[in-house]
Order: sequence, then structure tokens, then C-alpha cells
Amino acid sequence: MTPELKGYPGRLIAVEGIDGSGKTTQTHLLKRWLELQNLKVYHADWSTFQLVKKTTTRAEGRQLITPTTHTLLHATDFGDIYDLKLLPLLKAGYLVVCDRYVFAAFAASIVRGCPQDWVTGVYGFACFPDITLFLNARLETAVHRILRSRPELNYFDSGMDLRLSPDTYDAFRIYQERLQEQYLAMGTRFDFHMIDGDQPIEAQQQTIRQLIAGKLSLDDFTHDE
Amino acid sequence: MPARKKKARRKIKDSLRPLKSRSNQPKRFYGYGIPRVDPETLIGKMIVIEGADGSGRSTQIKRLTAWLEGQGLATIQVGLKRSTLVSAELEKAKQGNILSRTALSLFYATDFADQLENRILPALQAGYMVLADRYIYTLMARDLVRGCGMEWLENLYGTAVVPDAVFYLNVSPDTLVLRNIAKSSRLDYWESGMDLGLSPDLFESFIKYQGMMDAQFKKLQRKYQFKILNGEQSMDAVSRALHSATESLLSS
Repeated sequence: MTPELKGYPGRLIAVEGIDGSGKTTQTHLLKRWLELQNLKVYHADWSTFQLVKKTTTRAEGRQLITPTTHTLLHATDFGDIYDLKLLPLLKAGYLVVCDRYVFAAFAASIVRGCPQDWVTGVYGFACFPDITLFLNARLETAVHRILRSRPELNYFDSGMDLRLSPDTYDAFRIYQERLQEQYLAMGTRFDFHMIDGDQPIEAQQQTIRQLIAGKLSLDDFTHDE
Repeated sequence: MPARKKKARRKIKDSLRPLKSRSNQPKRFYGYGIPRVDPETLIGKMIVIEGADGSGRSTQIKRLTAWLEGQGLATIQVGLKRSTLVSAELEKAKQGNILSRTALSLFYATDFADQLENRILPALQAGYMVLADRYIYTLMARDLVRGCGMEWLENLYGTAVVPDAVFYLNVSPDTLVLRNIAKSSRLDYWESGMDLGLSPDLFESFIKYQGMMDAQFKKLQRKYQFKILNGEQSMDAVSRALHSATESLLSS
């Protein structure tokens, strides 16, 4: 069920893609565009909830977390932000733009061996987005973009718990490749709009803006004077 | 021979009758289970005791453990909020009332899954008797009272292994109030369902909340086939009922 089908006045837009696909950039530009039209817009912030963050930090490298508890911990975090931020804003008539949404969590869990239908069910309390944009970047481009900046890779977000390779960067690449496979496999079922990641940034943004202007009647979301 | 000695001899003889902790019936999960765990490898048996705080659960678990160990069966106990992974954070979340309702449900589910994977399943694989001081049904009943959907909960707790027996210690809210006050001279915030805003009065809220929990347990009882024991009887009477039910379970 999407916010529209639930009868909420707000709309939910999710931007998905692997690390380095340009999610943050595109989400930012999208948010700026909507803001500059004087629309009610909220950009969801996934900075992790303290309690859960503490748990995952403590568990790093110690093999305390399994695929099942990994899924449930992330769902806990998501559930908190969903109940306290996203849902009230959707009911209040906001355009909610999410840099990653449930699909990122689905992909991470399925890659770790959890049954897809179980994971989808765990997140069953949350609305599906009205519009899901998938930034379909080539794997090598995306991975290169991340790795050339000599990043400090997050233990779980780079799949190190899966021990895919003794080399951290190799492990990261293999993990992103598996995520990309899962994303692509979900595309049809969850109605992703594919954005060609080989296009220049501004061309991608143009495509995204046109798509959203075509799907939503944006003037319904202007701030009340 | 004096009667006392005769009785002791009979008791020793009884304790030498072999009971089997190993299941003849293959185990199964309620739903999808845990990735890469084959239920065929779970050869131990599992007994769950459910009931509100003050229903006598912990006492009965203690007695049952002693009795089973007397029979020579290796036993472990599990409960809620005892995981190494999140129990400390979960306790903090409860104190501060800071997690949203969905998040708190999921945090409890995480705590459960951690114990399931790290204690319950390994023990069952090793042929232990697992005694659970509450199980998924308490968690489900709490969430049902708070408006979560049955379908969502069934999927969430589809990770759980189906126990060999579930006993529900049935005690009326009026008795529970007295037992809780007698024990700790106060009523617990969460066990009174104060987060639900049923009443600003703790006593009234407790009675209403325990009544709601009981109604959900009765619903779950039909679905999951608990054996209901009258928890208002004396501790000894409840123990006897539990022993004989466990005995028939272990000799089958």
C-alpha cells in the first residue's frame, strides 16, 4: 500500500541504488528543486538511532550478529524513524524524499541469506513509496567512485560480516555487486523507475524532475500562506 | 521397614526410570525459521511456560528444572530480555519510553531471535531439555493489545521453533494484583499497560490491561494449542500437574 492508496495527503518518494550510484547527490538536488517551488518537503535522515547504533558497533567483527538479527535491528531503526517522522509527515501532507528506503534493507538481508518474503513481511508495517527511483549505475563506476576517496568503510554497510574476501576493497566490490543483483531482481515487482546512471548528473536530475512532475500534481503541496 | 525408608526407596527407583529428552517427532518452525538451520537436527525437547507476572511461572520453572535434573536430563532455561546482543539496550529503551511502538516490538523480536539462534537452537541440537520462561506468545499478546496485526506478528515470529508443549498459567487479574503487590509492593509500569493510556490510575490500568492480555492469550491458545493450568491453585498442585504432563511428554 502506498500513501496514496491509504488516503494520506502526503506522497513518498524513494531514491535507491548501491553505494556510489549518486543517491545523495540526486536526492539533494531533488529536494532543493521541490523546496524552491515552495512545496512542503522533508528529506529523511537515516542517521542511526543511538540504541541500535550502540548494538551494531559493539557487535562489529565479533560475529554477534546473524542475518536474522541484522535484519531485525535495521527494521527496529527503520520502524522508529517511520513511526515518529515519516508517517506523521505523510499524514500532514508532506512530500517525503528518502535517500534509501526499505528496498536497501531488503537487498542487504537477502544477500545475507534471509528469505525474501520473510523480510518483506517484517517491513509490512510501512507504506511502499508512491514513486521509487532506482539509480542504475554501472558497478565499476559506482565502486570506483567510493574507493578512490580512500573511505573508512562501515563494517556492515560494506558487507564485511559476510567475509567475501580477505581484502577489504575486494570484499566491498563483491558485496556491492550482490546488492546490485538483488536490486535489479526486485525492480519489476516493486515498480522501480530506472534512471540511467551513465548519464551526466544534470541529465539524470532532469529525467527525475520530469518524471515526478508528471506523476504528482505538485501544486497540491504548496505551503499554506 | 519404616514407611519413610520405603518411600525413599521408591523415589530412588522412580528416578532410575529412563525418560527420553530426545524427540521422536521431528521439530519444525512456525514460519520461515532461521536460514541454514535444518529442523531435523533439533533433537532435544522444549517446554514453554506462559503467564502474567505473578502467575507463578518462575517458581514452576525452578521446580521443573530441579525435577528434570533429578531425572538426569540436561536442562537450560531461557526467557525474555536475556540476549547478549540487545538486552541492555532494551532495558534502557523500556526505562526511557523512547522507542516508537513498532520499534519496540522489533527490538523485542531481535532479543528473541538472538536467544533463539545462540541458546535455544544449539541446546536443541545438543539434545537438551529447553525450558522457556515465556516465549513468543507473550510478545505477540503484548503487540496484539497494542494494535499490531496478527499476520505481521506471525511472519515476524515465524523464526521460532515449535515447542513440544506450552502451558499457560491462568490467573485472574484480581489475584495478580494482590500477588504483585505482595511481592514488590508496587505495580510495574509496563505490566500495567500504562503506555496505552487506559486509565491514569495505576491500579485500574493494571486490571484493564491484564484483562486485555488474557483475552489475547485465549485467542492465541486456540491457535497454538496451549494447555491451560489453573494458576490459582496451590504451587504444589500446579507443580504436580506440570510434572505429570511433562512425564507423559517425555515418555512418548
